[in-house]
Amino acid sequence: MTTPSSPVGSARLAVNILHFARALRAAGLPAGPGTVLAAVEAVEAVGLDRREDFYWALHAVFVSRADQHPVFDQAFHVFWRNPDLLKRMMAMMLPRVRTEVEHAGPQLSRRVAEALKNRLDPEPEEPPKTEIEFDAALTVSAAEQLQRKDFDKMSVAELAQAKRMMARMALPLAEVPTRRFRPDPQGPRIDPHATLRRMLRTGGDVAGLARRRVRTRPPPLVVLCDISGSMARYSRMLLHFMHAVSNARTRVHSFVFGTRLTNITRHLRHRDVDVAVDCVAGAVADWSGGTRIGTALGTFNRRWARRVLGQGAVVLLITDGLDRDGGDGLAAAAERLQKSCRRLIWLNPLLRWDGFAPKSSGIRALLPHVDDFRPVHSLDSLASLADALSRPGPRRAAGMDGWTAMLTAGRDRDEHPQYQPL
Amino acid sequence: MPHPLPHSVDETQALLQRGDYVAGRDLSTALFLALKLRRPLFLEGEAGVGKTEIAKVLSRTLGRRLVRLQCYEGLDVAAAVYEWNYARQMMEIRLAEAAGDRDRTALAAGLFSERFLIKRPLLQALEPDDNGPPVLLIDELDRTDEPFEAYLLEILSDFQVTIPEFGTIRADEPPLVILTSNRTREIHDALKRRCFYHWVDYPDAERERAILRLKAPQADERLAAQVVGFVQRLRTMDLYKLPGVAETLDWAQALVELNQLELDATTINDTLGTLLKYQDDIARIQGSEAARLLAQVKTELAATTAR
Repeated sequence: MTTPSSPVGSARLAVNILHFARALRAAGLPAGPGTVLAAVEAVEAVGLDRREDFYWALHAVFVSRADQHPVFDQAFHVFWRNPDLLKRMMAMMLPRVRTEVEHAGPQLSRRVAEALKNRLDPEPEEPPKTEIEFDAALTVSAAEQLQRKDFDKMSVAELAQAKRMMARMALPLAEVPTRRFRPDPQGPRIDPHATLRRMLRTGGDVAGLARRRVRTRPPPLVVLCDISGSMARYSRMLLHFMHAVSNARTRVHSFVFGTRLTNITRHLRHRDVDVAVDCVAGAVADWSGGTRIGTALGTFNRRWARRVLGQGAVVLLITDGLDRDGGDGLAAAAERLQKSCRRLIWLNPLLRWDGFAPKSSGIRALLPHVDDFRPVHSLDSLASLADALSRPGPRRAAGMDGWTAMLTAGRDRDEHPQYQPL
Repeated sequence: MPHPLPHSVDETQALLQRGDYVAGRDLSTALFLALKLRRPLFLEGEAGVGKTEIAKVLSRTLGRRLVRLQCYEGLDVAAAVYEWNYARQMMEIRLAEAAGDRDRTALAAGLFSERFLIKRPLLQALEPDDNGPPVLLIDELDRTDEPFEAYLLEILSDFQVTIPEFGTIRADEPPLVILTSNRTREIHDALKRRCFYHWVDYPDAERERAILRLKAPQADERLAAQVVGFVQRLRTMDLYKLPGVAETLDWAQALVELNQLELDATTINDTLGTLLKYQDDIARIQGSEAARLLAQVKTELAATTAR
């Protein structure tokens, strides 16, 4: 190999590193121009005597997350063995990119297409006049009706309106104290910094003590949502809800699970809700499949709990509790989850049935380990959830006595009768 | 006595070796680059793999001062960079008043001088030192919140701090910065981009034995091999908290204190608490599982020594 000091050699090397960076970028690693410069510098610093040093020098520059290592490793071994091979690979990739764009085109512009179609449509399905009459007859506004209506029974137009209402919904959370302060004339602590500034203004006379109080902020929120087959009628709506929540406040982590767990926090950051929901659908492999709540919660505990449950997080677990594994390992996983968060709130759409009783093994395994148990099938129930979250309330198992009693009583009764619809 | 910075990867590796730190070629390269190109080194990895230790070793072998900033939630400028000594300033005002000194500009200028400045780690790290720029360890960065991370961006790229009442303090020579993170959350890409990155992994069996030889020399060679074999096996299992190098050392030391020359199932059960920190994990390993793992380790070791 050429020495780095020889200008021709280093120029060629720099070009090769540039190509390498482009390859990494094509593979999804964030390799900007600044990184390329740093890489050239780094390679010049370690020299080219040993392949291993060269590898780790580039590694230190291009890799910035543990999960990028395999991509870098593969790209490195392909590229630096034979750069021509990579050029061909890139050429092969290009048409793929093009087709991807073509694929993405109609998908992304579905709303545009729909909008155009509606405009071309000579008459709308329902004349707006009927809607007004309908309102008058019932003397309640459509919005009010919508509040109580089950997501399951809404028409397309109603769903659209529900989504709009949801988008406006912020989820307040009872705040927790931090270690920082904010000025407050009635605060319990003296603020020496501000007091001194005041004194300087008067030439050293104590003009009155400035006070401060501990600043509070909402704790992190972690949403774990079931997207299995039994939840299919709700999951899209709930994704809208999760999107609204993630965009309304900071420190929200969202996960979905069926047979396995997927972190969708990054996808939900998209401002546009439809792009976000499609993005999630693309990222999730087990949409509308079976449910393995125990396994999913176990994975969450092992891989994510210590990262996202810091600082007293509140967990919203959204599932109907119908488990394919029959509740295997669910109790242990739920217990650990409850112990590592401030409050575990279970939202269950099945609670819309009046005669709901904890019968299935999954529900029975989960119920003793949650702090709150609420319905989540209509805008009303989501609003009451917002309400409950904004009150500080007791940390543990508030209002769970009734359910716990039912659980112990249900043990003696037969297991067959299912929930009675209204 | 200050030592010169290493000039090659080999020298870096030798330097770490001198400080009783057994490092792979990968870590040495990343560290060498950080030292040579004057950029911070960002170390990520599970708890107990020896990230903090690198900074300590570096400060010891290079003869530099170690300035450590332990991060926590709510860490702010007053605790990380500087703070005015209000109590002394108030006293100064009172003293000036008692002496009948009414020159306000002189008083104000005197109040905000270096005499009343409490320097916190980041500011200390920018100060010149006879032994060369210090080693700045910013430990467990993942525990702070995003605003502080953003504040670090400026300090780490320009190595200067601006104090409104006082002026800008700039380091003549930037400190050697090591940042560590346990990955309890992701650090922003903007910060990572300014650093060299290295993922510190659990050592392989050979390297872990070498670490044990250095750090726990009292442990019998056979015991050390069994300890490492057992820990390595635990790391392949699905546990909540895998044991780190620190736990291996703790365990080896505990076994030495108990005068053990060899591992046996009862001792493992009794001392599992030094190795595993979750009750669920302990319950899983204790008893038959520990005995099974130990049997595996022993047959494996017998096979390697026979060869």
